[in-house]
Amino acid sequence: MVYDVILIGGGVVGAAVARYLSRYRGSFLLLERNEDLCTGTSKANSGIVHAGFDCKPGALKARCNVAGSRMMADLARELDFPYRRNGSLVLCFDPADRPKLEALKAQGERNGVEGLELLTGDQARALEPNLSKACAAALHAPAGAIVCPFGLTYALAENAAGNGVAFRFDTPVTGLTRQGDRWQVETPRGSFETRAVVNAAGVYAAEIHNWVSKETLRITPRRGQYLLLDREAGGHIDHTIFQLPGPLGKGVLVTPTVHGNLLLGPTAEEIDDFEGVDTTAAGLETVARRAAQSVERLPLRSVITAFAGLRAHESGGDFVLGEPEDAPGFFDCAGIESPGLSSAPAIGLWMAERLQARLNLPENPDFNPNRRGILDPRSLPFAERQALIAADPAYGRIICRCEEISEGEIRDAIRRGARSLDGVKRRTRAGMGRCQGGFCAPRVMELLAEAGIDPLTKSGGQSWLLAGPKGEEALHGTP
Amino acid sequence: MEHRDLIVIGGGPAGLAAALAAREAGGEDILILERDRYLGGILNQCIHNGFGLHTFREELTGPEYAGRYLDQVRAAGIPQQTDTMVLSLTPDRTVTAVSPGGLRRWEAGAVILAMGCRERPRGALNIPGFRPAGVYTAGTAQRLVNLEGQLPGRDVVILGSGDIGLIMARRMTLEGAKVHAVAELLPYSGGLRRNIVQCLEDFGIPLLLSHTVVRIEGRARVTAVTLARVDDVRRPIPGTERTYPCDTLLLSCGLLPENELSRGAGVALDPVTGGPVVDQDLETSVPGVFACGNVLHVHDLVDFVSEEAALAGRHAAAYLRQSRPAGRRIAVRPGAGIRYVVPQYLDPAASDGPVTLRFRVSKPVGRCALTAAQNGKALLRKQRPAAAPGEMERLTLDPALLGEGPLTVALEVEA
Amino acid sequence: MNKTLICINCPLGCAVTVTIERGEVTAVTGNGCQRGAAYARQEILAPARMVTTTVPVTGGSLAWAPVKTAAPIPKEQVLACMAYLRTVRAQAPLRRGDRVGEFAGTAIVVTRDIEA
Repeated sequence: MVYDVILIGGGVVGAAVARYLSRYRGSFLLLERNEDLCTGTSKANSGIVHAGFDCKPGALKARCNVAGSRMMADLARELDFPYRRNGSLVLCFDPADRPKLEALKAQGERNGVEGLELLTGDQARALEPNLSKACAAALHAPAGAIVCPFGLTYALAENAAGNGVAFRFDTPVTGLTRQGDRWQVETPRGSFETRAVVNAAGVYAAEIHNWVSKETLRITPRRGQYLLLDREAGGHIDHTIFQLPGPLGKGVLVTPTVHGNLLLGPTAEEIDDFEGVDTTAAGLETVARRAAQSVERLPLRSVITAFAGLRAHESGGDFVLGEPEDAPGFFDCAGIESPGLSSAPAIGLWMAERLQARLNLPENPDFNPNRRGILDPRSLPFAERQALIAADPAYGRIICRCEEISEGEIRDAIRRGARSLDGVKRRTRAGMGRCQGGFCAPRVMELLAEAGIDPLTKSGGQSWLLAGPKGEEALHGTP
Repeated sequence: MEHRDLIVIGGGPAGLAAALAAREAGGEDILILERDRYLGGILNQCIHNGFGLHTFREELTGPEYAGRYLDQVRAAGIPQQTDTMVLSLTPDRTVTAVSPGGLRRWEAGAVILAMGCRERPRGALNIPGFRPAGVYTAGTAQRLVNLEGQLPGRDVVILGSGDIGLIMARRMTLEGAKVHAVAELLPYSGGLRRNIVQCLEDFGIPLLLSHTVVRIEGRARVTAVTLARVDDVRRPIPGTERTYPCDTLLLSCGLLPENELSRGAGVALDPVTGGPVVDQDLETSVPGVFACGNVLHVHDLVDFVSEEAALAGRHAAAYLRQSRPAGRRIAVRPGAGIRYVVPQYLDPAASDGPVTLRFRVSKPVGRCALTAAQNGKALLRKQRPAAAPGEMERLTLDPALLGEGPLTVALEVEA
Repeated sequence: MNKTLICINCPLGCAVTVTIERGEVTAVTGNGCQRGAAYARQEILAPARMVTTTVPVTGGSLAWAPVKTAAPIPKEQVLACMAYLRTVRAQAPLRRGDRVGEFAGTAIVVTRDIEA
């Protein structure tokens, strides 16, 4: 068969394009190289919906950010993912830097960001009592928000799947050739023919682009390291706290997450390794030190985990969206670094409309814009939760103690496509709490095994969890 | 809302002993709530021997020790609910719990906190590197091997020489895995000496004191772990790194009392123990809420957990009969060489007999004396041939000896 | 010849010094109790260890039953005992103390009650 569109990459951008594309009738296939969605840049970032003041006016980043940020609240209602408009503050510590905040405000207003206001240090501290005493002034952006990056990605993808988009996992694209007005997409699991290709391959987007176009791109992975703090520290601040941006990005932020943790980071390190998501002692020290500049009494003993993610930084500094002249039918979503998460809905919408125009796709009369997330029993009133458990007792059996996640939620996550421990974790938060899976990992493994998943992995591929049943290893050594 | 005289949260060794003692002291209406599928707690996976020497005068395995209490709980007909997770406890002792049977709420006359502890995870240890599969806490590995029959890996490095780590070094070896080394950040082990002999020395497994993990390699699964020696402020010394190819890193780096429920109820916590602040009756700052076992402070021996829990059970039963008027409160403080003391307060008038002070020393010492003093005057002095932080110390005090002012427990090292 | 070892009878872990002359223990010092002296003597002349592991259960509410040697066995036989224990199977219901095998004259007993 010939697909209308093949999307490469199951991150937030690929999922967003798939979702908006599913408003049209056609045959759409998304190829993901890993065992699950949301395994690259989309899984390890700040989870911020930026207001949009720190992008250069006129840049694609600015337009997509402001548009995406405005779409996010409605989208959260349609697709049922965690989102909260908590507002953000950009701090400056030197009164001499106040003009920089003013410039940022003016830039934001040119970009169309609403409600920006400059605050004195004291005004900012009135808003956030734990803000640093050294804060001299701040830019307040009430439009700033936080989102669960996993929740957003899965919501978009599940809605796309519900509206007819097909997904294939463990299917990396290894080659792409144009034949007449079609593209041949090569993978180790067979080759696929399609009328159009969407390149949403994250840090690998330049490599794929350069297979088909002479206007080459260059993506450098920019590593960001983070510290995640226990929910007991989550109330320390309420706004997302930025510092004045530097040349490599927005600096180290301190933010609550939608689930009530506190997140610190990221660093910004250009590296050569496209899989280099390791943390370093120096990087984590930098995060802790710089975060402590923004906030007083930062409860660093509540750190529960550290992680790193890669941003796909394209040398031009802006998103690369659209069809290169020498590769008709090939659509880039490349260089999607920050504010990529904020921009994803706008990118998806824009790209889907471009594809529709190009391929002349009819409306999908059956398109359902809504999707329900995994039911969270904690969100229910007592009697309703009681009724849920009576209907399915699995919702009464707690598997993850720290985040209070029930067997029912984990089973639902597996039904929705979780195939690994991390896949369950990203969908349900089981294992994401203060014990980091110490208690629940064996129980989640059991549930995955019961669903027929073999071998059990942390995150697909070679990330095996168990060496096998005991009693099979040769005995050695003498006591 | 249903009423229960006494709700015991947790059906591990502390909860079982507390419930039994409460029943023996006349408590009629008792309910044990356990989140796991079975009562017995962590003892079910501690299949090794070494339990019960104090309680039963014989050496038992963990399941046998639990089994003796389970037999008694059954014989006493104390109701229990497994697969039941307590979601919240309020200061007025409303207990909300969820189970496959539904959501329930009770109003309890008294509550005993016996939720135990959890292991410190990798994230809290700040070990840089990748986040591959194959990094397990020792207790998780113990559950996988002993309850699920699964080997978590074949080539193992262990960080931390806590007892579970030492026990798992032997257990993995006996199942055919190769344990390359046990690294300990401190210059001494926090585990029991007998475990170092039986679990490491017996199998030729090196114990590397003053060492830590500086790097975890492997993107999908652990492929190697780099250890380095640390200086006296626990910072890795450059040039001392050594990389061990392996597929598994087990962590045995400390236990943390699980006091999320206590915190929700407004129970005051001791920043050193991580457990509630209690008086001689093991009553917390919230009236009618008692605490015992590893949720109160991490113990070395289950025998002491049972003993402490029985005390909590007796006093909870007494509280149900008649709540005690607030009396005189004498603060108990850790002095020189002592990390913490439980209980943190004494009411001499309320004590119905000798009071046991439980504490740990700050670092290993040789011949020494443990003292309890008030206003500079020693009330008690106990000679010890040696003391180590891995082993809990006890002093038993006659409250009639107490005068005014704080009581200080201290360590005197003898030359 | 003197040999110092850590007594493993109880958590005190006394450092016990054993004097050995012509293959016989002539003196034990440093032990905190009589069991310590006995242990030190035994540990020098014929060290012994308890072996604990799990064996598969058929027809039970649990898949694995914890077991132990009913008494300590010679230390050098621990691995041979483990090899033997890999062949042992148990049938539920099981009660603590039920015998499920024997290694070199020492019974292997179950340490947990397991319902059918």
